[in-house]
Amino acid sequence: MALDKPYKDVPGTIIFDAEQSRKGYWLNQFCMSLMKAANRERFKADERAYLDEWPMTEEQKQAVLARDLNWCMRTGGNIYFLAKIGATDGKSFQQMAGSMTGMTEEEYRNMMISGGRSAEGNRYLGEDGDAQPHRQPQGSAGKKA
Amino acid sequence: MAKITASVFTSHVPAIGAAMDLGKTQEDYWKPLFKGYEYSKQWMKENKPDVIFLVYNDHATAFSLEMIPTFAIGTAAEFTPADEGWGPRPVPQVIGHPDLASHIAQSVIQQDFDLTIVNRMDVDHGLTVPLSLMCGELDPKKDAWPCPVIPFAVNVVQYPVPSGKRCFMLGQAIRKAVESYDEDLNVHIWGTGGMSHQLQGARAGLINREWDNAWLDKMINDPVGCADTPHIDYVREAGSEGIELVMWLIARGAMADVNDGKVTGPLPTVKHRFYHVPASNTAVGHLILENPR
Repeated sequence: MALDKPYKDVPGTIIFDAEQSRKGYWLNQFCMSLMKAANRERFKADERAYLDEWPMTEEQKQAVLARDLNWCMRTGGNIYFLAKIGATDGKSFQQMAGSMTGMTEEEYRNMMISGGRSAEGNRYLGEDGDAQPHRQPQGSAGKKA
Repeated sequence: MAKITASVFTSHVPAIGAAMDLGKTQEDYWKPLFKGYEYSKQWMKENKPDVIFLVYNDHATAFSLEMIPTFAIGTAAEFTPADEGWGPRPVPQVIGHPDLASHIAQSVIQQDFDLTIVNRMDVDHGLTVPLSLMCGELDPKKDAWPCPVIPFAVNVVQYPVPSGKRCFMLGQAIRKAVESYDEDLNVHIWGTGGMSHQLQGARAGLINREWDNAWLDKMINDPVGCADTPHIDYVREAGSEGIELVMWLIARGAMADVNDGKVTGPLPTVKHRFYHVPASNTAVGHLILENPR
């Protein structure tokens, strides 16, 4: 019997459930290893070699090398684990979250200062809010496209 | 007899800790936020508890994907502030209360809540940021937190997290456990995390001021109804990480007006209420509730 997953119709959102967690196990465990300063150093010295020590999929490794957090999430990453990569790179949570929207750092910061992203149009897939798939990427990245 | 006299609710945004650690609290960006905690720091001094029972969540710090306890109680003598990747926060060691913590563990498990007992655990910003907000900046070596702290970690990282209702019932069990402890102790219970925020995907940055404040009103005045809020409402209305708010219901359920799942007594007094947007990606909510004396 199917599990109850009422959260599949929220735009721009991946809920980290048991299925995602299985998919992302090694990706997230790799991230966890970056909590040790010595591992951060080894990773920074040769990212590819460090990643190859982990039984991650090639796609997961590519997603990490590209620092594409949306891609990391699709392959099972969880933001609290992925944040360890950001920490290693000296990035804040705000820089990491912003990077997933297509906005520049300044655009995202300004959106937060003016009260954040509205829930209007962003509750269900198929509405017309700024987080909907047909309106990506956002900010100046979207305008250039 | 030990007694819960008050509950404190606050967001635990890591950037708040960083702002305090780096001396940025008087910058224009942070000033209004810290102003909202001025009263709270004074209140803490005037109402110093003997023990804080601090409900928070671990953010992939002490618990990796190797083990994911739904409810974990820290029974150790002390807990070290964790290196979350930016280096450990320069804050004092967290001293536990092993006797009361073990007592609560036994009592709560006997009330059918199957806690995980943790005797070794580093604590992350989820626990230390609320302490910093309520106690101010402290020297990691020369100073100490005002009292022992019992860390109580809730899984809100991997879905499904416990329901609001389950958290609310657990709060009642914790209060019973505290009240069956012989020593006269003044205990505060803190619920932390939230309010609206989403840290991921194209919807990152979601804030819902109206929903947050309506939820706060309901949590204060109709906690039974508030506890019935389904998971999906938190995700849809308050963002994927807004679901941390279920932890506030543990502290609310431990207040004196709640008995057998119903409100049977006078509501707690709202000593302080504060709401501010933004702190980094997050809407910050803060409440202090006191039981009638």
